Amino acid sequence: MRSIRLPGMYLREEDLRKLVGVIEYTPRARYSYSAGQALSEFLRGLREGRILGRLCPSCNRVLVPPRVYCEHCYTQTTEWVEVPGTGRVESVVVSYIGTARERLEKPEIIAVIRLDAPGYGRDSFDFAGLFHKLCGVTEDDVKSGRVIGLRVKPRWKPLELRTGSILDIECFEPEVVESERA
Amino acid sequence: MSYVRVAVIGIGYYGFKPSVPDLSFREMMLEAAMRAYYDANVDARRDIDVFISCQEDFWEGIAISNEFAPEPIGGVLRPTMTITGDGLQCIGQAYMIIKSGLADIVAVEAHAKPSDIESIQEIYELSLDPQVRTLNIANPLFQAGLDAIAYMRWSGARREHLAMIAVKNRSRGLLNPRASHASKLSLDMVLNSKPVIYPLTRFEIADYTDVAINIVLASEEKARKFTEKHIWIDGIWWSTEVGSGAIEWHEWGRMPSLRLASREAYRQAGLSNPINQTDFAEVEDRFSYIELLALEELGLAPGGAHRLLESGFYDANGSYPVNPSGGSLAVGLTLEATGLWRLLEAILQLRGEAGGVQLRDARRAIVASWRGPPTYTSTVAVISKE
Repeated sequence: MRSIRLPGMYLREEDLRKLVGVIEYTPRARYSYSAGQALSEFLRGLREGRILGRLCPSCNRVLVPPRVYCEHCYTQTTEWVEVPGTGRVESVVVSYIGTARERLEKPEIIAVIRLDAPGYGRDSFDFAGLFHKLCGVTEDDVKSGRVIGLRVKPRWKPLELRTGSILDIECFEPEVVESERA
Repeated sequence: MSYVRVAVIGIGYYGFKPSVPDLSFREMMLEAAMRAYYDANVDARRDIDVFISCQEDFWEGIAISNEFAPEPIGGVLRPTMTITGDGLQCIGQAYMIIKSGLADIVAVEAHAKPSDIESIQEIYELSLDPQVRTLNIANPLFQAGLDAIAYMRWSGARREHLAMIAVKNRSRGLLNPRASHASKLSLDMVLNSKPVIYPLTRFEIADYTDVAINIVLASEEKARKFTEKHIWIDGIWWSTEVGSGAIEWHEWGRMPSLRLASREAYRQAGLSNPINQTDFAEVEDRFSYIELLALEELGLAPGGAHRLLESGFYDANGSYPVNPSGGSLAVGLTLEATGLWRLLEAILQLRGEAGGVQLRDARRAIVASWRGPPTYTSTVAVISKE
């Protein structure tokens, strides 16, 4: 995208900050969240290359990300269930700007992955799911709508680089690469 | 007015520890809620009409944290709302919703996980007017010191009286399993320790505690249907001072918000002489001086709170026990859950379930919470048993 330079006086950030009437303050807010019983185990699973969910004994859904309770039945979940990690793209977007509204050099493709997990109808509004970045698809694939419903699988980081984080999955990628499909 | 009466029918809590590292805040909320719903004999998904959570984004470390409220308390796809305020304010909202006839059963939740906040002093600083922040005052709790000095000045209370509050409350807490910051103190220990913000020493400033609390309220009809344990809310009201204006203009050494909230709560409860018509009080004491100041503003200090304190009037075995739980100095400061555990302790007393801190013949109580610095919001409730 090309920006056109218009004539006139341009205000610089530093000019604005010199104005009387501006109080500058940067919050120093720092936290260290306790992940808790459910998410801690989930994170340990990721380090081992496993995606873990919790089974609700009442509605039989497997919750991913896991919770110690089922929010619909309001029942405590009872056991850990590993899900295969595969799934399909529920929705997907291309993002062109960063958090400070700066234009990204390479647009990000972010998806909601509907994971293969027991307890849900094929098109039920609720599902076991994760937000993650998609790789192996192009901007045009996304814009054309071809990516919705695409079968995907996690691309794991090498074992020695995993830390017990959602980033242990580098991204989700198509289950079948284009060349194999043909 | 012939509005319905409102009862507390269930209480639940989890934590009351300086740190609960093995559970997330959501899991703590669940633990408290399940206990409260079991106590109230209600099914969260069928019987509870409205869910209310009192929380504040910067304590949570999550923006728009109300989105996190429904799930752990059973409020998914149900009317759930969040109030940025002390837990006792949420009780006030629940009270109104039930009294108006809109709902029969309301669950109120508040939680605190200060152990998850690495920069709690900076969060306090962030609560100051941006213009004041520019001064870079090292300890944002300086306001408490200013208030303490101003209170001592008009009341005639001395440094020793403030220290006596720390001794009374922290020692009393040794009888309360929920008081993680209790300790046997002597007056000399307090007076000889270095001030943090003069005149307050570390013993006179409440320490932080992680907790989740859930309280279920119901209309009289539903209360009688679901349980046999009813604690009635006879009156509840709140008031907020300057804060959107300027803290500098605050009525220093006084708490008009507490005074005003209490007068309306007393009026609702039909109290004309609260000290004779109630048996004990759980009141704000996150700083030592503030308990004395609160007693003054609540009208529970004929002749001066500090003089009555000296005579043992407010001791657990005195004429009018104040903070028989050990107060915040022993139980801790639990951010927006603070008012809710004060209420919880008062309910336990009235139910006869207060264990080691149980008072004899407790039938009616005053619960007073305060939220600051710097917002200076106060809520007062009057509760009683049948």
